[in-house]
Amino acid sequence: MLDERKLIAALQHGLPLVSHPYAAIAEQIGSSETEVIEYIQAMKDRGDIKRLGVVVRHRKLGYTANAMVVWDIPDERVDEMGHCFGRFDFVTLSYRRPRHLPDWPYNLFCMIHGRDRDDVMKNLQLMIANCCEADIKYSVLFSNRCFKQRGAIYIHSEKTEAVRA
Amino acid sequence: MTVETIGLHDNNQDKTRLIEKLLNNFQHDLPLSATPYADMAERLGIEEQQLLDLLSELKEQGIISRVGAVFRPNRIGVSTLAAMAVPEHRLDEVADLISSYSAVNHNYEREHHFNLWFVVTAENQQQLDETLADMEHKSEIRILSLPMEQDYHIDLGFPLQLIEGGHHA
Repeated sequence: MLDERKLIAALQHGLPLVSHPYAAIAEQIGSSETEVIEYIQAMKDRGDIKRLGVVVRHRKLGYTANAMVVWDIPDERVDEMGHCFGRFDFVTLSYRRPRHLPDWPYNLFCMIHGRDRDDVMKNLQLMIANCCEADIKYSVLFSNRCFKQRGAIYIHSEKTEAVRA
Repeated sequence: MTVETIGLHDNNQDKTRLIEKLLNNFQHDLPLSATPYADMAERLGIEEQQLLDLLSELKEQGIISRVGAVFRPNRIGVSTLAAMAVPEHRLDEVADLISSYSAVNHNYEREHHFNLWFVVTAENQQQLDETLADMEHKSEIRILSLPMEQDYHIDLGFPLQLIEGGHHA
């Protein structure tokens, strides 16, 4: 039987760069190549795996400008806006998150990528023109330094590693 | 964009075109066959070993982080987007502290009163809360925790253009 936890733990670090990567994972977790492939297919079909492929670091490719745009949208319109913003190619995430008043009034978050800040601002204007009124309240948080970027590790091999400081 | 900006030392446009094709075709459609790299190589018109070498090179240069799966948020574990308003003179120190947690994957400085933004993941809510509390305790800075409530769109990989002069979508 395939152990889902073990499979996810193996997958979150990426597929090994060998001819038969699923066989290599199968060996690592005590399963078979066919079982691993079928299980991954099932996770894709269920939507548990959003995508399987090459994970790119945009900054290294010259997409150095990235802004988190946060919006204060009336609750009854946030779903509509979230979907509308999400349709643009350059928007990689569109999420609703909680407000924390009074410090944080924003409830919709979009990540916008571009080659430079002008590019990002043009993209932002395009979103506003297509999805909402010009007087919508938002804030643009450009990124400066990236201190850390890697895939999410949900399952830690050692308990002691989980809270390490 | 030039080859140089993506960190490759040999100034070879064919190679850049190959990389562009690789990244644009396989950000979300890795073949689920026993030999995915051989299948990808065939579609790119190169040998499997050439592709494996190229992927290793891109990984070493930090252009790709991995070949693998992106999981639906909160399916596998729990996570939150966290923000801190860090006094400027403490930013390096606090950023290093936050990055040192294996539970943190992204950690960025952003231009705002809340200037440090990071994603914290855990297997369950209790572990997540403990990690956040530990961070607040060690840094003596309050954390704004903003977990995702609704996902309208998540990164499906976007079109990249590496050769100068073209358009990007």
